[in-house]
Amino acid sequence: MINLHWLYVLAGMVFAGFALGSARDETNPKRWSNAAFWVLLAASFWFGDFFGDIGNGVLVLALVAIAGSHLIGRGSKVSTTPVQREQSSRRHGNMLFLPALIIPFTAFVGTMLFNYTPLKGLNLIDPKAVTLVLLGCGVIIALIVSYVWLRPPALAAVDEGSRLMNGVGWAAVLPQMLASLGVIFAAAGVGTTIGAIVGAIIPSGSVFLAVLLYALGMVAFTMIMGNAFAAFPVMAAAIGVPILIHQDGGNPAVIGAVGMLAGFCGTLMTPMAANFNIVPAALLELKNQYGVIKAQVPTAIPLLIANILILYVAGFHL
Amino acid sequence: MINYWPLLGIALVVIGFVLRFNPLLVVAVAAIITGLLGHMPFLKVLGTLGHGFNENRYVTIIWIILPVVGLLERYGLQEQARTLIASIRGATTGRLLIVYLGVRQILSALGLTTVAGHPQTVRPLVAPMAVAAAEKQHGELDEKTSERVKAMSAATDNVGLFFGEDIFLAIASILLIQGSLASFEIQLTPFQLSVWAIPTAICAFLIHGARLLLLDRRLGRRK
Repeated sequence: MINLHWLYVLAGMVFAGFALGSARDETNPKRWSNAAFWVLLAASFWFGDFFGDIGNGVLVLALVAIAGSHLIGRGSKVSTTPVQREQSSRRHGNMLFLPALIIPFTAFVGTMLFNYTPLKGLNLIDPKAVTLVLLGCGVIIALIVSYVWLRPPALAAVDEGSRLMNGVGWAAVLPQMLASLGVIFAAAGVGTTIGAIVGAIIPSGSVFLAVLLYALGMVAFTMIMGNAFAAFPVMAAAIGVPILIHQDGGNPAVIGAVGMLAGFCGTLMTPMAANFNIVPAALLELKNQYGVIKAQVPTAIPLLIANILILYVAGFHL
Repeated sequence: MINYWPLLGIALVVIGFVLRFNPLLVVAVAAIITGLLGHMPFLKVLGTLGHGFNENRYVTIIWIILPVVGLLERYGLQEQARTLIASIRGATTGRLLIVYLGVRQILSALGLTTVAGHPQTVRPLVAPMAVAAAEKQHGELDEKTSERVKAMSAATDNVGLFFGEDIFLAIASILLIQGSLASFEIQLTPFQLSVWAIPTAICAFLIHGARLLLLDRRLGRRK
């Protein structure tokens, strides 16, 4: 059965490639520390399970030391000039989209095959890893097709991949670091503390105020933790179930579903949700690392108000 | 007696992010201090951090897509995305992103969340197309406007994903809601929960779509 470990072997190879490509770029004054950063990640993918918890902790500190002392930079090497790219795009035309669409297409076909055909019962792929395995397959197929069709120099994928990876830089591991921070927060009891605080300030008598506190609590806690998943069980236990459902008789399906969606409005507004908000800013080479969040706040706030109204009307008056 | 001290870790994260220290550094320092204030010995904190990092490696796998994207960019993928948009009459940034928003919501509602995303579609296709459409409407873009158009492209992907995926029955968040409520003896089916994601999905489309039309109007006013 194909499980996550196969993917980790593949990911280790790609990150080793990023290290090689970074080391090859003489235009990057920090190329060796960049290479070291990606080598550490490759090692984590390959051997993380053998390092032990303390060993992995030391690896994390090493990554943080490199990033924290501003040792990650980017080169200015150009593989093809804008003019060459124009010419190449004219020559290849819309066919260029084809390899790019292989990856989503593989994800689409694979999801269909493994969810709605007898393939599901064969246990070829660990169900928890299906989406990532399909991503890996898509990448491999797209790379093969591109190499056969475009015949680039052998190391082109390594160089181009590390060009983009060094553009993202340390932000690439921020989501994983935040997930580890979530583990520490849970171990130190942050969730129960926040639940207790919220539980102590519940207004009595007003259903609307209780709804408001529940929704705003979801938003605030989601913004702190970076995802609504950590916030939901805490807010459900503190307000959702005892006050809104049991005491005030709200519709549990609405309280559950729309409460979570109120939390998602918080996800749009926090740098802690790095993979959605900080990483794209790096990937699109924005000057302002909070540019994506700035673009989302004017959607998130009216949508939060809409969610509060849906909670109040559909939860208690339908 | 509840120990309130670990909340200081949250304050550290907020302060660190506001003062724009390197976020990796901020998160690591906050994690260690939170653990110590929660009465964990240092080696236990280090081990927990390392364990959490190792268990969450799958979050970082997405980057294996970059060699493909980079390779195609070398051969003019972004330029072709621009050419395509320039050749479609009536294509504007707002309309393009509204279509993308709708498609992303529908695909996510069908459970196809990984079909699109920032590395998969926004960087190589959507953002260059949105910028090209904006140039058609506005003439050459100053840096502020071009940043704004790119940021809106990323924002549109997020809004489409977040407010589409919960309509799908088997998505993690729906299962989490079901599980959390079941621990209080409240039994719900995924279907009962996911229908209540629909009103919010419609509101998200209307609110974000209206903002995209406003963006179009602003881009339409030439300098």
